[in-house]
Amino acid sequence: MRISATVVALGSALALTLAALPAQAQKTLDAVKSKGFVQCGVNTGLAGFSQPDSKGEWKGLDVDLCRAVAAAVFGDATKVRFTPLTAQQRFTALQSGEIDLLSRNTTWTLSRDTSLGLNFAGVLYYDGQGFMVPKKLNVKSAKQLNGATVCVQPGTTTELNLADYFRANNMTFKPVVIEKLEEVTNAYFSGRCDVYTTDVSGLVSVRKSRAQNPADHVILPEVISKEPLGPVVRHGDDQWFDIVKWSLFAMLEAEELGLSSGTIDQMAGGKNPAVQRFVGTSGDLGKMLGLDPKWSYNIVKQVGNYGESFQRNLTPLGFDRGLNAQWTKGGLMYAPPMR
Amino acid sequence: MQVSLRDARFRALVFQLVALAAVVAGLAYLVSNTVTNLEARKIASGFGFLSREAGFAIGETTFIAYNAADSYLRALTVGLANTFRVALIGIALATIVGTVVGLARLSSNWLVSRLATLYVEVLRNVPLLVQLFFWYAIISENLPGPNAALRPLPGIFLSNRGIAVPTLVTESAHAWVLGAFVLGLLLAWRITVWARRRQARTGQQFHAFWTGLAVALGLPLLVFAGAGAPFQLQVPALAGFNFSGGATLTPEFAALLAGLTVYTASFIAEIVRAGVLAVQRGQFEAANALGLHRNLAMRLVVLPQALRVIVPPLTSQYLNLTKNSSLAVAIGFPDIVSIANTAINQTGQAIEGIAIIMAVYLTISLSISAFMNWYNRRIALVER
Repeated sequence: MRISATVVALGSALALTLAALPAQAQKTLDAVKSKGFVQCGVNTGLAGFSQPDSKGEWKGLDVDLCRAVAAAVFGDATKVRFTPLTAQQRFTALQSGEIDLLSRNTTWTLSRDTSLGLNFAGVLYYDGQGFMVPKKLNVKSAKQLNGATVCVQPGTTTELNLADYFRANNMTFKPVVIEKLEEVTNAYFSGRCDVYTTDVSGLVSVRKSRAQNPADHVILPEVISKEPLGPVVRHGDDQWFDIVKWSLFAMLEAEELGLSSGTIDQMAGGKNPAVQRFVGTSGDLGKMLGLDPKWSYNIVKQVGNYGESFQRNLTPLGFDRGLNAQWTKGGLMYAPPMR
Repeated sequence: MQVSLRDARFRALVFQLVALAAVVAGLAYLVSNTVTNLEARKIASGFGFLSREAGFAIGETTFIAYNAADSYLRALTVGLANTFRVALIGIALATIVGTVVGLARLSSNWLVSRLATLYVEVLRNVPLLVQLFFWYAIISENLPGPNAALRPLPGIFLSNRGIAVPTLVTESAHAWVLGAFVLGLLLAWRITVWARRRQARTGQQFHAFWTGLAVALGLPLLVFAGAGAPFQLQVPALAGFNFSGGATLTPEFAALLAGLTVYTASFIAEIVRAGVLAVQRGQFEAANALGLHRNLAMRLVVLPQALRVIVPPLTSQYLNLTKNSSLAVAIGFPDIVSIANTAINQTGQAIEGIAIIMAVYLTISLSISAFMNWYNRRIALVER
């Protein structure tokens, strides 16, 4: 008995010493700078948001945000590495520190913002959940889907909205829940499911990039939820949170000011004080963030403004600006003042 | 006791204490570090989420009713029941297929033994995950939609929604039939015991097997006929998007069961073959010399000895099959891992979720081991 008591005392003393060591004292910005690149979590392959092109280079709106953060931190948009993640892996990857930033069409919700230990750094794309069905089923409304088999990815807000919607409308459905985007869309296109549901942007992208004949599939008019998609960082590192948030706002602000990758050099010499603050010739916005004065200039010069990124990645797939237009043009995109 | 490091016993004690302290300290560090980090990042912890509403739907359930308004605990129970269903049926089928293939490899028929060899070599050398995708693709891509479902037999529909089969409309008489069947089984067992004792006492043989079979099947049949043979089927019918009525075997379950069965059977086949080959030929010849019939020699002499070799490795195959059922997540069958993963993602409580998965598999595996160890002891050589 004496011996075991000694052992326990010894063990707990040792444990206390070890536990007193700081768990994760290092700031994300310092860690990113010392390793020399931003590790960014993205989708495994959603055309327009994040997908490698034929040369293996990642392309898309989500990917451009990762590059913008790299441009802000390093003055070099190429200093970023991508980690493709499924819907189920994404939060664990961020929580565990495997990635510095999650930019993977992730919906901002209260529970994710609080109990998952995450912070949403704004909205990159305003979306809503929809349904896609084969045209030959002759379905005109989601209200006609009673009894349908629905393909859906697990661990998403989509999965919850789907159950909510059918419950609210007194309808039943059979879910087929598959983790990988490739597998779940295969299941839909092979006819295993009557319906595929995800955010409307995802439906448009999948229909355009994966359907044998996109015209054979219709997206139903009902949009059953709000899905504000945005970049996510870990709780508890306010500086890194600010950097990601303002990298996104810089892309929006640049569009509003009319600064694009082509015009920024020419306009930087002008007299507009807002532009001068933006490119870093006056004020010290960069210093406040702990970054180079030319951080926002680098974002626009190397990645482009929000409108350019949208034009490059989403317009070719048939996306309208819609809710994602600038607030001055009837949309919801609104950057707080950069001063 | 002399306290000196030169004393071997004292030294051993010190080393053990140091090792124990290191393990305890390591564990304490892991736990405290986890708790500190979770708190620092404001990540919720604890098992409180189990009573919250799950909010997501589950494609198929086994015996347990579930809807999206039920709790996470119930969702996990549904997953567990699904795991049990596929594991139990898989173990039974893999044992049968494995035994048949294993004996076929020993067959003197050239074609049969070569086919069995081909089966074993191909199936045990292709990764299970690939096989699952193969079965799933075969079912979901090759079968027609529910509108053009195949009808191999009247009332049975084969489509990419699964196999829809008729079910019996249950009535109270069916419970009596089931009761009569159980009673019949008990009687058959008594007859077997009585016949064995009588043979030991008098040497007279009695066809206990056939008598028992007649009793076990005849009794429920009599009750069934006596109750007026109530037999009404609920045939599945296409209604809207899918079949309603009857029962459906989903493509996900079918693919998982097929994959697990044929893969594990290829290993079991080798175990069975090894077991039979391990019994020396002399044993068979000796049994023949004693005048035992070929079947009796197999049942009374060869098989008991072969089982001793077969059962321990068979246990690991059963454990493998159960654990491999977690690959269900790849083809969308809602087993415990799939449900727990979803719960982890919706609540963000990865540590608790993984702990639940580990506890479940540990419990299942230890139970299977315990049962098989008991069975192994029962058939083991009794040394006097």
